[in-house]
Amino acid sequence: MKIHEYQGKEILRQFGVPTPRGVACFSVDEAVAAAQQLGGAVWVVKAQIHAGGRGKGGGVKVARSLEEVHSAAQQILGMHLVTHQTGQDGQVVRRLLIEEGAQITKEFYLGMVIDRSKQRVALLGSSEGGMEIEEVAAHSPEKIHTVRIDPITGLSAPDAAQVARNIGIPDVAIDGAVVVLQGLYRAFVEKDAMLAEINPLALTADGRVLALDAKFNFDSNALYRHPEIVAMRDLDEEDPAEIEASKFDLSYISLDGDIGCLVNGAGLAMATMDIIKLYGGSPANFLDVGGGASKEKVTEAFKLMLHNPKLRAILVNIFGGIMKCDVIAEGVVAAAREVHLKVPLVVRLEGTNVEIGKKILAESGLPIISGSDMADAAEKVVAAARAV
Amino acid sequence: MSILIDKNTRVMTQGMTGKVGQFHTTNCKAYANGAACFVAGVTPGKAGQSYEGIPVYDSVMDAKAQSGATVSVIYVPPAYAAAAIDEAVEAGLDLVICITEGIPVHDMLRTRYKMLGKKTLLIGPNCPGLITPDEIKIGIMPGHIHRKGRIGVVSRSGTLTYEAVWQLSELGLGQSSCVGIGGDPINGLKHLDVMRLFNDDSDTDAVIMVGEIGGSDEEECARWIKGNMKKPVVGFIAGVTAPPGKRMGHAGAIISGGQGGAEAKLAVMEECGIHITRNPAEMGRVMQKVLKG
Repeated sequence: MKIHEYQGKEILRQFGVPTPRGVACFSVDEAVAAAQQLGGAVWVVKAQIHAGGRGKGGGVKVARSLEEVHSAAQQILGMHLVTHQTGQDGQVVRRLLIEEGAQITKEFYLGMVIDRSKQRVALLGSSEGGMEIEEVAAHSPEKIHTVRIDPITGLSAPDAAQVARNIGIPDVAIDGAVVVLQGLYRAFVEKDAMLAEINPLALTADGRVLALDAKFNFDSNALYRHPEIVAMRDLDEEDPAEIEASKFDLSYISLDGDIGCLVNGAGLAMATMDIIKLYGGSPANFLDVGGGASKEKVTEAFKLMLHNPKLRAILVNIFGGIMKCDVIAEGVVAAAREVHLKVPLVVRLEGTNVEIGKKILAESGLPIISGSDMADAAEKVVAAARAV
Repeated sequence: MSILIDKNTRVMTQGMTGKVGQFHTTNCKAYANGAACFVAGVTPGKAGQSYEGIPVYDSVMDAKAQSGATVSVIYVPPAYAAAAIDEAVEAGLDLVICITEGIPVHDMLRTRYKMLGKKTLLIGPNCPGLITPDEIKIGIMPGHIHRKGRIGVVSRSGTLTYEAVWQLSELGLGQSSCVGIGGDPINGLKHLDVMRLFNDDSDTDAVIMVGEIGGSDEEECARWIKGNMKKPVVGFIAGVTAPPGKRMGHAGAIISGGQGGAEAKLAVMEECGIHITRNPAEMGRVMQKVLKG
C-alpha cells in the first residue's frame, strides 16, 4: 500500500528524521493560508499523487510570494499530472503539500528495500540525489552504496556513518545523517514497509540534512497490525476495479487488452494471460478467484470484467484441486445468467469432478464454448474476440 | 528414492484444530501411505484432544518426543505462522512446510535469520506443499492427478504446478517428487536448492521448473544448472504479459526497479541450456520431446 509524500514525512518525523515544515492542503485558499502560517519568503507547492516523477510533469513549483503560491496551487490542483509512472491519462491532483523553502547545497539519495536473495533489508545510498535509482544503477552502479542490515542488531551508528561518508556527506553533517538513516530503518521495520525512499535528502547551507521527499510502500500482509497506516489509504489513487475486487477477496489487476480472464491461482492466472498473448490476443485483466471460489465470488468476478467497456470475450480457466469443477461450473452458469452475458465465453475446466462440471456447462443451454486444454481454450477465445 | 519425503516420513500438523488444518490432514491421510505418515497434531492449549485418531499436543517439542515426527506442515493463520515456523526450528525438526499465505515479510526476515546455522529446512510459505506420488502427500494439492515416475517438478505456484503435473501424467510421464516452493518474496528452499536435490536423486531423470516474475531465484538456479546439472531441465516462466510495479496475486510476483521480468528470466534460462517453452500448455510435451532426445 502506497501513501502520499506528506504522510510519509509525518512518519519520518515520528522517527526523528528532519523534514521541511509543511502543511497538506485540499484547496487554493488552504494553500495560501498554509504559506502565511509557515512564514518565510519562499515556499514549495507540491502535487500529492502516489506516482513518482512529479517535478518533471509540472507538479512541483517554487513560489516567492503569496500570489505565486496562489497561482501555483491553482495550476496544480485538479490538473491531470502525467509522469512516467502514471500512464498517459495522468493522475488528477486533489491534494497539495505547501512547504517552507530550504537553502540546499547538495542532494543525495537514500532508499530501503527488501533484498530477496540475501533475505535482508538493504540500505541503498547514492551521491546522485534527485535521480531515479534505476537510472543510476544502469549508468553508474559504482555510485550506489549498499548495506545489508542484520534484523536482530539493526543498523548500527558506525555502519550508518560509513554509508553517509561513502556517498559524500561532509563530516559536519555525518551525525545528522546517522539520525536520518537510523530513523529511516526503524520506520521501515516498525511500520512493515517494503520500500522506502528519501530522494532527495538535502544538505542545507547550515550543515543540516533534511528529507525533501518521502516515499513508502507498505506490506499489505502486515496492515492488520497498522491501523494508522490503513487510515492513510487514499482510494482516489487506486484503480476502482481493483478496490471493488478487494471487497470480494478477489485479486484483480486491470490491463490494456480486450479478453477477460478468470482463473484460480496467481501463477495459472499469469500463464493464462501469457497464452492469450501467445495466440495473438490481448488480456484485459489478471483475475485470481483464489482457492475457495463460491458462486457469489464468480458472479462478482464476471461483473468486474464486464465493467470494462473494451471487453470482447471471456476465458475461464480453472484447475480444480480443492475447488471442484462442478462447483465452479455451477458458479459460471449462474453468473453468466445473472449478468446476462453478451460476450463470448470460453471455459476450460480440469481436475476434480471435471466430467460433472463439463456436463453442467453443456446442459445449461448457454452458448458456452468449451476448451479442451489451455491452448485450445486460448485459441478459441482469441478467435471469438476477433469475431465480435 | 525421491527427494525430501517418502512413505517412511512421519508428519505433524501445526494448526491441527483449525478447519483448514483438519480438512487437509484428512485428505493427506487418505492419500497412499498417509494413514501411517500423519502421526501428530499441534495446537497450543489443546493437548489431550485428538482428530481422526491423531493425538494433539501443546507444542512441537512434545509432538516430536511423543510421536517421533520429524516433519511438520503448518496451516496456522498468517499472524502466528512465523512463530510456528520458529517453534519447529527450535524443536530441531528436519523439514517444515508452511502452507499459510499472507505472512508479513518482516516476520519472515526475522524467522529466516533465526534459521541460520540450524538444520531445519523450510518449504514455503504460501505454497501448496510437496508430494512423492503413491507414497506421501504433504499439502493441499489434488493427489489424484499425480503418477509415480521419474520427473521432478519444482514451482513457485500452486495451480500452475498442478497444470504441469497433469500434462505430464496425461502423457504417461510420472513424477518422482513435486515441490511447491511458494509465491512469497522471502521463503525457504529456492529453485536452486530443490534442483540440487533432484540432481542427486537417482530416481529423477529430468526436471520441470516453473517460475514467475519477481526476484532472481530462477536466474540463480539457471546459472547453477549450466555448470552442474546432469539431467535435462524444462522451464516455463509465468508473467510475460504482467505490467511492471504490480503485484500479480502472489506477494513475490512483482517486477520492481526493472528487475524480475519474465523475458529476462527466460533469456538467462535459455542461455544456460534449459529447454524453455513460452507456452504453458506445452510443458509436458516439451519434456516428452527432450526425453526422446
